[in-house]
Amino acid sequence: MIRVLALLGMLAFPAQAQDAASGETIVAGLSQNLVEITTNFSGSEILIYGAVKRHAPIPDSAPLEVVVTVQGPSGPLIVRRKERRFGIWMNTESVSISRAPSFYAIASSVPLEDALSETENLRHQITIPRAIRAVGIATEVDDAPRFLEALVRLRREQEDYLLAEGSVKLLESTLFRADIALPANLTEGDYKVRLFITRAGKVIDSHEEVIKVNKHGLERWIHNLAHQQPLIYGLLSLVLAVAAGWGASALFGLIRR
Amino acid sequence: MQLYLPIAELSVNGLALLGLGGIVGILSGMFGVGGGFIITPLLFFMGIPPAVAVATGANLVVASSVSGVLAQLKRKAVDFRMGLVLLVGGLLGSALGIWVFAWLTTLGQIDLFVQLSYVLFLGLIGAMMLKESLGALLRARKPGSPIRRAHVHYSVHKLPLKMKFRASGLYISVIPPMLAGAAVGFLSAIMGVGGGFIMVPAMIYLLGMPTKVVVGTSLFQIIFVTAFTTVMHAVASQTVDMVLALLLIIGGVIGAQIGSRIGVMLRAEQLRILLALMVLAVCLRIALDLLLTPSELYSIAPGVLP
Repeated sequence: MIRVLALLGMLAFPAQAQDAASGETIVAGLSQNLVEITTNFSGSEILIYGAVKRHAPIPDSAPLEVVVTVQGPSGPLIVRRKERRFGIWMNTESVSISRAPSFYAIASSVPLEDALSETENLRHQITIPRAIRAVGIATEVDDAPRFLEALVRLRREQEDYLLAEGSVKLLESTLFRADIALPANLTEGDYKVRLFITRAGKVIDSHEEVIKVNKHGLERWIHNLAHQQPLIYGLLSLVLAVAAGWGASALFGLIRR
Repeated sequence: MQLYLPIAELSVNGLALLGLGGIVGILSGMFGVGGGFIITPLLFFMGIPPAVAVATGANLVVASSVSGVLAQLKRKAVDFRMGLVLLVGGLLGSALGIWVFAWLTTLGQIDLFVQLSYVLFLGLIGAMMLKESLGALLRARKPGSPIRRAHVHYSVHKLPLKMKFRASGLYISVIPPMLAGAAVGFLSAIMGVGGGFIMVPAMIYLLGMPTKVVVGTSLFQIIFVTAFTTVMHAVASQTVDMVLALLLIIGGVIGAQIGSRIGVMLRAEQLRILLALMVLAVCLRIALDLLLTPSELYSIAPGVLP
């Protein structure tokens, strides 16, 4: 049903289809447009599927490839490095990254260097280092690139940044699907899904979708209260603590009697 | 049972947290300590961000202190007047601590400062307790050794602004209790502890208060200082995690009841040796983190736009 709706949606906007010069365009959908972080949230799997629409036979030139990215909300970061001072390890140098996504996943049908040329990568900002904006960090420390490498490495270890080359399944240069695992420690916000089809490293068409990630129910209420009414939240935490402490001693007093 | 913590923004095993609260509860029931100085480092080890661990730890101590002070009130073992003087100092110290905490967070040195404070205080307290309880154990085996004088006059008794504390049977200056309160309030804000492990020795050895009112009075003061600290952390940095606190509290109150029964079965000196060894073990673990070459030199923290 969703697939049919997605197809209808694409047909309703033929303007997009005419953009691509070569006549190949993306028709795509997501398994879900909303991820709700509930109390027992432990990650979520997103299925991105689609097809390449064309009015002519499949061209014989370079093979068609698919690249899919999912990008979480971005924000400024500080990356710090520890050094030994006075015998103990402490943070010394740091760089400020002006924008880095909280989550970033790339999936492609073949290794990225085969699917994408460097110019196209620059233009569309597809690979992980391209998604991080770090202007002016070279003035902060001598070896700024190592801080960037560390940022990507740490985020990849925590599975916040995913690189899944060759994981997009492509059938007959027409149908494709990509599965992306969202981790349990998701940040709230709009997650941008981008799809690219390429031939010989050149992007032929691209398509964008948005997944909304929201805290749901009690989680949302607690988070909002803590940030919008911090005084009331603090007092409420106190009331809970006092009630629990008093309640426990009263309860066990009763049991003992 | 995976649970998503709304403030720490990570998913943890709820049963593990209940268990952790329970273990700390058993310890606090056995030894009569608040448990803040054990639970906050354990939360660090679990991967909870230090700022959240400290603020939530303070919230936790409120619950265990309320539960403890009710028992002490029944025994009329609370010196309210002394408690209020300590409290005034405590609130000032806590406010200063919150400010230092926020300042060091922007510098990126808060983890180091919290860890250093833990190493220093846990090491000091653990060593003192071990020496004291080993000594007591030896004295108990060898009868006829000299007994300490109950009441000694130190130079603190010469300070101005004297006040009568009837429940404690003291007539002393308010300056030392205020300073002691301020020091503990500061530690409460920085380390997420109640500070009973500093306050109790300070009251006995520094102020010369009778042992019977010490625990109740320190608990009374700790409730208000940690309550103030909790609200201040919630307002200043939004780092109090209600879900985390509630899980630990539930585990803690159940554990405390079990612990107090185990505590009755063991001898006081043995208990204190056990507690001292445990405090030293936690201290050593944190110290090793600072001394050994870390496996990861880089860390990421949320930044602010210039």
